[in-house]
This record gives sequence, C-alpha cells and structure tokens, in this order.
Amino acid sequence: MSFLKIRDLSVILRGTNHRLLRGVSLDVGATEVMGLVGESGAGKSMIGKAVLGILPRSAKIVSGSIELEGVDLLTLPPRQRRHMIGQKAALIPQDPLTALNPARRIGPQISDRLVDILGWVRARARARAEEILHDVHIPQPERVLRSYPHELSGGMRQRVLIASAFAAEPRLIVADEPTTALDVTVQKQILKLIFEMQARHGTALLFVTHDLGVVSKICQRLTVLYGGLVMEEAEVGAFFDTPTHPYSRALLAATPRHTDPTADLTPVPEAVIAEARRAVAEADQRWHA
Amino acid sequence: MSALYQIEDLRLSLPDMTRKPMFGAAPRIEILKGMSFTIPKGQVLGIVGGSGSGKSTLGRALVRLLEPTSGSVRFDGTDLTHLSEPELRPLRHRFQMIFQDPMSSLNPRMSVARIIAAPLSLHGRPNPREGALEALERVGLPRSFGARFPHELSGGQRQRVGIARAIALRPDFILADEIVSGLDVSSQAQVLTILRDLVREMNLTLAFISHDLSVIRRLCDRVLVLHQGEIVEDAECEALFAAPKAAYTRELLEAIPEPDPKKPWFQRAS
Repeated sequence: MSFLKIRDLSVILRGTNHRLLRGVSLDVGATEVMGLVGESGAGKSMIGKAVLGILPRSAKIVSGSIELEGVDLLTLPPRQRRHMIGQKAALIPQDPLTALNPARRIGPQISDRLVDILGWVRARARARAEEILHDVHIPQPERVLRSYPHELSGGMRQRVLIASAFAAEPRLIVADEPTTALDVTVQKQILKLIFEMQARHGTALLFVTHDLGVVSKICQRLTVLYGGLVMEEAEVGAFFDTPTHPYSRALLAATPRHTDPTADLTPVPEAVIAEARRAVAEADQRWHA
Repeated sequence: MSALYQIEDLRLSLPDMTRKPMFGAAPRIEILKGMSFTIPKGQVLGIVGGSGSGKSTLGRALVRLLEPTSGSVRFDGTDLTHLSEPELRPLRHRFQMIFQDPMSSLNPRMSVARIIAAPLSLHGRPNPREGALEALERVGLPRSFGARFPHELSGGQRQRVGIARAIALRPDFILADEIVSGLDVSSQAQVLTILRDLVREMNLTLAFISHDLSVIRRLCDRVLVLHQGEIVEDAECEALFAAPKAAYTRELLEAIPEPDPKKPWFQRAS
C-alpha cells in the first residue's frame, strides 16, 4: 500500500489561470524511494512543497488530493494538517546555508522541532539531537551541537540537516535537490548517508533532482515531469533500459556519460520539446473545458 | 603548436580575513602552491577539482583579475604577472571570461544588445551594436533577442549571452568558469555544443573550469586536476579517463553517478 498518494493535483499561480502543476498523480510506497525528475520549472520541487504544506504564498492548490496513510491532507483543518505533516514528514532542503539560522547554535535548531511539534521535554530532545548527529557519522557531536552554522563545512551542514530530518522518525522524507550545492566527492558521501538512513529507518523518500545519474543509483521508481505534467512514471531498471516517452529518452541522451568515449552530448531536440508543449496545452484545454 | 600561456611556479596567497587580529595584517593563506604548465594555441584545457582546490583562483590569475604573489604568467610572450591595470587594458580584449552565474554577471537593467556591446565600445570598436548582434547569431540566438532583458531569458539563453559577450571582441583566449553547473542537462548539452563549435570556428584557446569530469570529456583536449592548490595530474583527456594516475583523479571519477542502475556505485546499506 502506498504511504503517499497524490491524485490529480493542480496548483495555480494565485490570481491567474496559469497552472504550475497539471493534474499530477503519484504514489510512494511505505519504504520506497521515488525520484522526481525534470528541468527547472517542471514543477518537481512544487510537488514536494505541496506535500509538506510549504507552497509559496503565490501558489494555490485548486484541485486534487494528497493522502498520507489514507488521510487526505487537503480536507483537514490547517492546525491538524500542520500537526500531521510535522509528525509524519520532513524535508532535507537544497541549500544548507539558507536552511539553517546563522545566528543560532546547531543544537536548538535540531531539538526545537522535537519540542514544538512532538511535545518532547527539552532534555530528551537534546539527547535525541546528540544521538542523531552520531548516527550521521558526525565526529564529536557534542561540539557540533554547540557550533554555529558558519563553523561547519558545506558537507557537514548537509549532514546536520539530514540528521534533523530523521530526528523525529518521520515516515516520509522529501529531499529537495539535497546535493546540488556540493561537489561530486561530497555529493557521493551525502547520498550514501541519505540512503543508509532511509534503509535503516524504513522511511519513504521523495527525491527531487534534475540529475538522472543520481536517480539511477538511488531510486526504485521515478516520475519524469515537464511543465507540471507527468510525462512518464516507471521502475528505474526498466526506465534506463528503455525509456518509453520521447521526452524521457531525450533527457537521458542529454545526460553526460563519462565512461563512454563515443557518447556525444545531445541537447533535447526542438521537436521533442514541441511535442511535450503540445501535451501540456492539451491537458490545459481539457482542464479549462 | 606554440604556447599561448606559459605559467611558471605560480603562487598566490590571499589574506585570511576570518583570522585577522584587531590590529595588524591578517595572516595569509596560500591558495595556489606553485603551478607550472603551458596552454598551447587552440587547445581546450579542462581544469577540475573539488571546492577549495584553487581552480577559480587559478582562472582569475590567468586573466589577471587577481595578481599572483610570485611566479610568472606569460601570455603570448608578454609577462602579465605584475602588469598594472593601464598596462593590461590594451591586452584585455585578447583574453575574455564567461562567468558561472549569468544572473549576477549580466546587468538586469541593460538590454542584451547593450550588454554584449559594452566591451566593444569600451575597446573603441566601430559599430558596437552591429557587432553585438553578430555575436548573438554566433551563439545561435536570433537578432531580435538583442532587445530583451536578462530576466526574460531562460538559464541556457542567459549563459549563451555570456558567451556572446566573451566572443564579441574576437579574443584569442576564453576562460569559462563553471559555466554549465547551474544549468539543466538539456541546456548544458546545448551550451557545451555551442562552445565547442565556436572554439573550432574562431580558433579559440579555451580554459574550462568545472567540478564535473563528465562534461570535461566531451569538450577538452587536456585536463589539469587540482587538489588543495596543487596540480595532481596533467594529462591528455582520453588518457586521463582511460587510466587516471592520481588517487584524487580516481576519487573524482568514481564519485560521478553515471545514469546506469546496473553499474554499482555504492553498496546499499540494508
């Protein structure tokens, strides 16, 4: 049974008729890793934000449902919804520098969440913060708890955010391009850590990225988006063998393969983009009718 | 092939402002720890390394946006190492730069045509506007884009405007500093293809800085691998990918996630 079930989700730019998400449906199993792929503006982050209830003010959900364990979040009153999301889901953000408050120490930034949302007593939350930092292989966790974000390296800050996301034992984690700001060697360590944690805690993971290379290494299934519309949804093995949608094929062809000296870089052909745009326009026509 | 750039024992240190005492000078950190290499005319040189390896600092020393502490940088026979800005100005049109983030390197209040024409007017070229529109065509954008503003363009288009500005002066050398790292794969492929064609058509020498070895293979003839301010490997591109010598190069190569689920990358802990 799927833990997260999204059906026909449409999000518009507030005050306009313009849809940012065009009837998206997807399922993520209870311990599954689902990749969300697409170019910038495809709406992949938007889905993660809609699930976590952190859409920007300018975006508005106009139809569809988002179910967590069978409960439709969109029908809940705001307080209850926030409580439920806070208990069951967490975010690993893209940029560790903007996600951490520069003026506060790491410790309270991890434990506040446990106190405010789960109602833990401070001492327990503090002990948990130290324990979870240890779990993400941070040496001297007690020293890091007392540090300010600027005293840590980029990779270390991302480790702190991973720890923070797993601290409350959520059932679903949305990782929004968590390694885009890191260089390749650090990226590998961080991805390895996310998956070690995911496997150990049995969490569902919605992994937003534009890098098909990363998806092929860590996801079980993936959803390819273009213009807020699902182009293809597939098992990772099948997808990389034979992507069925022309847009997916083009995206895969544009991804560099360094081990193959003959593989050339192929930009997504105009015809494929035109085809994808047509699909978007048709979806809009049906929707407005 | 004669050398366009000759770099000998290049060292560069910068003051470490985070450890500056209240009075007196800040301690200096050595960023480049003695590098020697040459760039032959017409070569595409890849410069790779992790963050903090000194690759951008090296690039900036090549185009003399930073002044080296010691060693020498010779460009086509002229020693650039310690030239003053007025002495550099007549040479500057020969080496140009494309920046990483087009959003911050293109003036949002200027039209594309004015942005590209700016270096042309600065160097007193006749008819800068026409030159700008020609450069636009060379990077595969229609002339009508000259009237647009940076915010009206996509990321890939903005980066192409950055390229157009760099080639407008018809330089001998271009430094491209992480120019595709902020782009989607499809615009990345497009920008790289354009750059490769321009190198051929305009007889350019190119230094291409990147942290991603997978894009280097498609573009470069030779690769310098930097680690903590030193060159750990200097090899022909194919040789480097076929048989990387330095341990750090192997680490970089192994860290690239190739889009193929069958090739193991790291063992899933379960």
